[in-house]
Amino acid sequence: MSTSTAVSLQASLLELIRKTSSDLPKDVVNAVQAAKSTEEDGSNAAYALDVISCNVDMARDASQPICQDTGTIIFNVHTPVGYDQIIFEETAIEAVKEATEKGYLRQNSVDSVTGKNSGNNIGPGSPIFHFHQWRKDYVDVRLMLKGGGCENVGAQFSLPHPKLGGRDMKGVENAILEAVLLAQGKGCGPGILGVCIGGDRASGYSFSKEQLLRTLDDTNKDEELGALEERIMEKANKSGIGPMGFGGNNTLLGCKVGKQNRVPASFYVSISYMCWAFRRQGVTLDAEGAINEWLY
Amino acid sequence: MAVVELSTPATEEQIRALKVGDTVEITGLLYTGRDAVHHRLHNGEKPPVDLNGMIIYHCGPVMVEENGGYVCKAAGPTTSIREEPYQWEVMRDHGIRGVIGKGGMGPKTLAACQEYGCCYFHAIGGAAQVCADRIEKVLGVDWMDLGSPEAIWHLQVVKFPVIVTMDSHGGSLHKEVQESSADVLNSFM
Ligand code: SF4
Repeated sequence: MSTSTAVSLQASLLELIRKTSSDLPKDVVNAVQAAKSTEEDGSNAAYALDVISCNVDMARDASQPICQDTGTIIFNVHTPVGYDQIIFEETAIEAVKEATEKGYLRQNSVDSVTGKNSGNNIGPGSPIFHFHQWRKDYVDVRLMLKGGGCENVGAQFSLPHPKLGGRDMKGVENAILEAVLLAQGKGCGPGILGVCIGGDRASGYSFSKEQLLRTLDDTNKDEELGALEERIMEKANKSGIGPMGFGGNNTLLGCKVGKQNRVPASFYVSISYMCWAFRRQGVTLDAEGAINEWLY
Repeated sequence: MAVVELSTPATEEQIRALKVGDTVEITGLLYTGRDAVHHRLHNGEKPPVDLNGMIIYHCGPVMVEENGGYVCKAAGPTTSIREEPYQWEVMRDHGIRGVIGKGGMGPKTLAACQEYGCCYFHAIGGAAQVCADRIEKVLGVDWMDLGSPEAIWHLQVVKFPVIVTMDSHGGSLHKEVQESSADVLNSFM
């Protein structure tokens, strides 16, 4: 990669971070609007959603973080064969440092033993990179900022389970509803679920987060999983937990389910919970590292 | 929707008039206080400010120094339940009239609200910009040795938006919603 390409790549990634932190993606904004119209006028739920929409507009207009917890920084990157991923990683790290200085990101990376804050969001495991090669000739970068409050209420169940049932779709559905029940009032709802059926403990959680890269209005290519998503939405929204756990008709704004093969002895259902402040943006880059297209 | 205007310092009578579900806009002085502040008060240290009639905000704000003062850049609520072991004591010993946070609190705090005449006010989690916007001025700070997010910030707020989710009559919206939603979801399983 030439020096000028690296400079332009860093500027593109900085802009990606700025926009992710301050500008909620369209599909999520639409879901919040739609949710507002289904809450009773004057209810606590409607009030919470009003404040949320107002916050979303203010953050966008001022280029300020939507929420002060700017979360775990997760890059999902697809690169052509032969692309230098090491330079990409080094450049992204510089962009993260710059974004922290500019206040797009809070100083959010802490040594797990000493408690010391690195001050620039850089440290072992921060930021997180998931690289994939593909046969296309351009780079696709998707960034998610995942807050701590919602990450804390993620859940993983091993089936069969005494309360939730066996290794079938009913058991899976119950596991997801149980996660909704346990998450209530925490993790700033209405929330969005990314779910993985199968995999091992690590790949299950990882794939559940990948589901969150789908837009809220897409349709699952797998009919059975699509039907499950619909059932979860319907049942969770009947629970009455509502925005912030205040009660109301909107407990979830979305549910996205994928599956991975498992070994015969294991059956995990892994659920990642995302708060309403669903910070996710993505770009494609041209050969010079400049932004070609915004993806959300 | 009827919005109740409340200013600090608040009286017990004003707090006793509030019920679960009330939308309240708070104007006046708020003090931030989270884990380290509650821990110190629990260990018997004297608070550096008079907490009588005041409301403590569970918040670790993002502050920036500008022209010799501080400006608040983001100030959403933090999870309150971590203060559950200490909150009742602060209500008993320091005359506060309530706390603001998110996620609600447990039975000890609920009992203390009833006994000492306090409310739990729920701010809108994640709404850092709206919350910061309602802070007109940062009037001062104490216990800065705890680090900026843990210090006691004195915030002059105007129409700070909250909802009463635990009142001084034993009512808790959190308890209600937990029970009713468990009934519904368990019936689907
Ligand atoms: S859960 Fe989300 S909205 Fe709530 S404080 Fe954390 S990052 Fe912010």
